[in-house]
Amino acid sequence: MRFPRTTRRKIANVVMLGLTAVATLATVSVLFFILGYLVVKGGSSISWAFLTRLPKPVGESGGGMANAIVGSAKLLAIAAATGLPVGFMAGLYVSEFASKAMAGGVRYAADLLNGVPSIVIGIFVYTLLVLPMKHFSTLAGGVALGIMMIPIMARSTEEFLRAVPGSLREASLALGATRAVTIARVVVPAAMRGILTAAMLGLARVAGETAPLLFTALNNRFWSPGFNQPISSLPVMIYTYALSPYEDWLRQAWAAGLVLLALVLLANIGARLLLGGRLHSG
Amino acid sequence: MRTISAALSTIRLPRPRLVARLARSDRLAHLLAGVFGLLVVCVTGALAWQLWSNSLLPRQRFGWGFLFRQVWDPVAGEFGAAAFIYGTLVTSATALLVAVPCGVGVAIFLAELAPRRVSDLASALIDLLAAVPSVIYGLVGVSILVPVMRTWLQPALKSVTGGFFLFSGPAYGVGFLTAGLVLAIMVIPFIVSVGREVLLAVPREQREAALALGSTRWETTWRVVLPYARPGLYGAIFLALGRALGETMAVTMVIGNRPEIARSLFAPGYSMAAVIANEFTEATGDLYLQSLVEVGLVLFVLTMVINAVARLLIAATTRKGST
Repeated sequence: MRFPRTTRRKIANVVMLGLTAVATLATVSVLFFILGYLVVKGGSSISWAFLTRLPKPVGESGGGMANAIVGSAKLLAIAAATGLPVGFMAGLYVSEFASKAMAGGVRYAADLLNGVPSIVIGIFVYTLLVLPMKHFSTLAGGVALGIMMIPIMARSTEEFLRAVPGSLREASLALGATRAVTIARVVVPAAMRGILTAAMLGLARVAGETAPLLFTALNNRFWSPGFNQPISSLPVMIYTYALSPYEDWLRQAWAAGLVLLALVLLANIGARLLLGGRLHSG
Repeated sequence: MRTISAALSTIRLPRPRLVARLARSDRLAHLLAGVFGLLVVCVTGALAWQLWSNSLLPRQRFGWGFLFRQVWDPVAGEFGAAAFIYGTLVTSATALLVAVPCGVGVAIFLAELAPRRVSDLASALIDLLAAVPSVIYGLVGVSILVPVMRTWLQPALKSVTGGFFLFSGPAYGVGFLTAGLVLAIMVIPFIVSVGREVLLAVPREQREAALALGSTRWETTWRVVLPYARPGLYGAIFLALGRALGETMAVTMVIGNRPEIARSLFAPGYSMAAVIANEFTEATGDLYLQSLVEVGLVLFVLTMVINAVARLLIAATTRKGST
């Protein structure tokens, strides 16, 4: 190069752009690092016993996390039963019925709720359900997760309903259908795939939540029949075991981490494939 | 006979009544959906109210001083949130110092350089990073990052900076710096995904004009694209900050859990979310429990403000870009 200044600029160009590529590579590799590390540390500990047995008392090795796996499933079922319908109907309201002011209000409330730290949701449900009932329960834990799902569900329902073309609505209305019929028979079915995917993503997100369960569902080393007792869950189990001094518990924490991460990532990848990349997180 | 009369009644059903009934069902549907919309508002309102009303005792006892007192003594019944607020702010600031250059760099690569397919794939993978549960970041942090910090990174930083106050004191492994680094990894996906959208919204002409004037790709990005997208990038950063402030599990596991204000980033500390997570179930007495609720209230207000700022900034930029 004849001009040093040009050379400098070109070098700066290559170096800085190269750094952005390095940053990207590093960020993406963190994902594979975490996944790989969990597979290495936890893969060997996943066994039939791990999936089907109850935890053993301290000092005895072996045992499993069957109660935590079932517990997570039960908590998610409550979360889905409470959070999904509320979020869906609220999204439907904002998209199809609400006046501009009402839509703004509901949307603002949902955004606010979405930004609330999960531990604060835990406090809220504690004061709402645990204090009056005077004990920790499966129900409280599930409701805490359900509340976290409401804004996720409301926002994506609204988005997907809005994406339904106006011509579809007009065609239905022109055939004499009322608005309620149009929404129930035309608009919602057209957006159903997106909404179901969003529900799946929402469930995957709250499945990994620990903080709102710490003082709502608490933990339990045994089975928890019904909905009225404390219950174990995979994230809380990982938290408890990860900080324990016992080798065997640590081993199980890795295994549980692998199970949880695999479920969450599979749900996410599945949702993405189902939607063909139309959904953007955020 | 009955079937005939039933058939007759169907035939004679006057059409106007049918229309009226369906119209009423329209209003019914509106009403039903509206109830749920209102429910969302009520839940959010109830959350704020519960936090407020359940922190009455410490607010009466300590007033605004609660925010500035460093003492946290459950036995003596003296509570103040200063150490926790400090810990939350310091870890979040550390996280942003690492995550912002890195995250914006990734966003630049994905929006400006990478071919579409590479960009989409990398974005999808980084979005998956955002889906990894917090407790797993904590698990990996405790077993990998903490030993690495203790034996390698902290001694190295100490000898390089030569006793600079931020990097002084014994290397415990756990502490503000470790928590900040874990948080950085956790919030990078948020900066990347919003940042990429914002950069992609910058009009093509802006880039072409700069390139036509002889700028290199980097100069175009640095002097034209980034300034154009600045408010949106700030929005992305505030969004990340909102996440970092409220993050609980990963921080709780690596911050060290000592309620003290230390100048060194190596020192163990405590954050607002962490103290709630650790002490809530063990809190004895109303004052203790309500003090923890008030810490939650402070956290709630803080994240609410930060998120509101983020939303305004992002909305402003994407609107500008799309027109």
